[in-house]
Amino acid sequence: MAAQNLQSVPAEPTADQTQAQAAQQEADTAGQAHFDRVIAEDSRIEPKDWMPAAYRKTLLRQVSQHAHSEIIGMQPEANWISRAPSLKRKSILMAKVQDEAGHGLYLYSAAETLGQSRDKMMDDLIAGKARYSSIFNYPALTWADMGAIGWLVDGAAICNQVPLCRASYGPYGRAMVRICKEESFHQRQGFEILLELSNGTAAQKQMAQDAVNRWYAPALMMFGPPDDDSPNSKQSMAWNIKRFSNDELRSRFVGMMVEQVRVLGLTLPDDQVRYNEDTKKWEHGPLDWHEFQEVLAGRGPCNAQRLERRREAHDDGAWVREAAAAYAAKQVNKQKEYAA
Amino acid sequence: MSTPDTTTGHGDISTGVAGGDSNASATRITPGNALRPEDIALEVKTGLAKPTEDVAEYALRIGDDALILAQRLGHWISRAPELEEDIALGNIALDQLGHARSFLTYAGGAMTNDDGSAKSEDDLAYFRREHEFRSVQLFEQPNGDFAATIARQFVVSYYQFELYRRLTESTDATLAAIAAKAVKEVDYHRDHNAQWVLRLAGGTDESRKRMIHGLRTMWPYVAELFRDDELTQRLAEAGAAVAPSSLREDFDRLTGEVLAEAELEVPDVPAAPGGGREGRHSEHLGYLLAEMQVLAREHPGASW
Repeated sequence: MAAQNLQSVPAEPTADQTQAQAAQQEADTAGQAHFDRVIAEDSRIEPKDWMPAAYRKTLLRQVSQHAHSEIIGMQPEANWISRAPSLKRKSILMAKVQDEAGHGLYLYSAAETLGQSRDKMMDDLIAGKARYSSIFNYPALTWADMGAIGWLVDGAAICNQVPLCRASYGPYGRAMVRICKEESFHQRQGFEILLELSNGTAAQKQMAQDAVNRWYAPALMMFGPPDDDSPNSKQSMAWNIKRFSNDELRSRFVGMMVEQVRVLGLTLPDDQVRYNEDTKKWEHGPLDWHEFQEVLAGRGPCNAQRLERRREAHDDGAWVREAAAAYAAKQVNKQKEYAA
Repeated sequence: MSTPDTTTGHGDISTGVAGGDSNASATRITPGNALRPEDIALEVKTGLAKPTEDVAEYALRIGDDALILAQRLGHWISRAPELEEDIALGNIALDQLGHARSFLTYAGGAMTNDDGSAKSEDDLAYFRREHEFRSVQLFEQPNGDFAATIARQFVVSYYQFELYRRLTESTDATLAAIAAKAVKEVDYHRDHNAQWVLRLAGGTDESRKRMIHGLRTMWPYVAELFRDDELTQRLAEAGAAVAPSSLREDFDRLTGEVLAEAELEVPDVPAAPGGGREGRHSEHLGYLLAEMQVLAREHPGASW
């Protein structure tokens, strides 16, 4: 690095620097033109392509938050692995939570292509600097919650994520294709849990209805604030990251649930759900956006618990990661000695 | 019938258990399809597969081993040192649970409920009491730290590999088929665990200390794995199973190779008396079962 870069007061630019700046500017202009063309053609941006700093930042935030959500989202369901009421259900639940760890891995990898390491993202999560989906700050209180989480939470996630398969950033879109396939299995298994409970004993049916009652509104809020209160949405849509607005997706989701809840023989805890013939959209009752903001601000039922659990796993595992790194380094040295 | 070659340690499974695969087709399972507990349940129901009482008792033993271990390992999911290990330990737990379900389903074929129906995997897993479980005490040992879990899994995977490899030749076609599927999976478990033993032993001073401690914690329960009794004697004579003691030599040799490479000693600790096969367990099993069974027992007769 040139010495003058270290000075606290910038010196007059040298001729070389001026030239470099001009070259950079030219590259930026060409990059921006390419980027604009790709977005206009609804094609894909790849990791090595030039991209605006704000695009990179937005994506990094979104993809890492998505990864964190998968990882924190393992906890409410892992809470029932040990108590799953049949061995088959235990096996399915284990596989599902394991899938979520896998989703976290793909997404961290996709985020890494934007220039940030997984370690840094993990540190931000543990330090409470990064966000994850608020839905996972609600407790999984009964077995029926495994059904409601699969059906409603994964269902809402799918509505959100299917359009993301076409997101303009290549690695994110491709990760989403695989994730969506697995999520649709997850949703079906959640539906099946509820169906079985609903057709079971009175106590089982009650358990299922109670879980649907508790998860319905938080699931609807997963789509984010109403459109007139969602400042980032517009830019994300212009960049072809987001394809539909929060309210549009929410309405679509409600329409799907209305049909499915009938098959389940349960009800939605919302007597204002209706199809608006004029707008051709499904409408629902008011949501408690104050609660949403509270959970987002860290004052939800399980925020502290979820973060503490992640922190504990991370801290307890530090010696293992250090050992693996030390061992790998020793192996490399050994190979060098052989080679020498 | 070819016996898989196990002269090498954890290694290439494509050659190691080829014999197991061809055995699998000896049952009525479509070749290429994984043997599922549901298939066994169907065979039991239609009378196509019917274990003798001895075989059922034996299947219960090794099914309980796998079930208790799956319950222990499942706890790591969302708590492992790395995401990759959440997945790996979760995978091993799932494999063990799959083996447990198959063995228990088969065992239930010779056991009846009050209404005359065969006992299902869930009848056996959720509605037996502590002293009715037949798992040996190693499997119920607490997870401890990651090194203790690896130590337990190290012993288990080498033991189970030797066991299942031989069971692929069982005169009982269903036992052989379950083992043929299981041995391939357990071979991966061996590989995973041997690698971690090497890493932890050869990593940092801290990890080495913990690995040694983990092995010392688990080793008292090793002897029980290889203890013969009247049941295994009868089954060995019939060719349906092998005497547990006959697995010891290969187990010692192969684990010894890994320990030697890791520059670790075989722990010099007294063996615990054991007794799991007769229903005598350590203090730990009661808690594990209480948690595992609580919901099912709250709703007897319910289906899920």
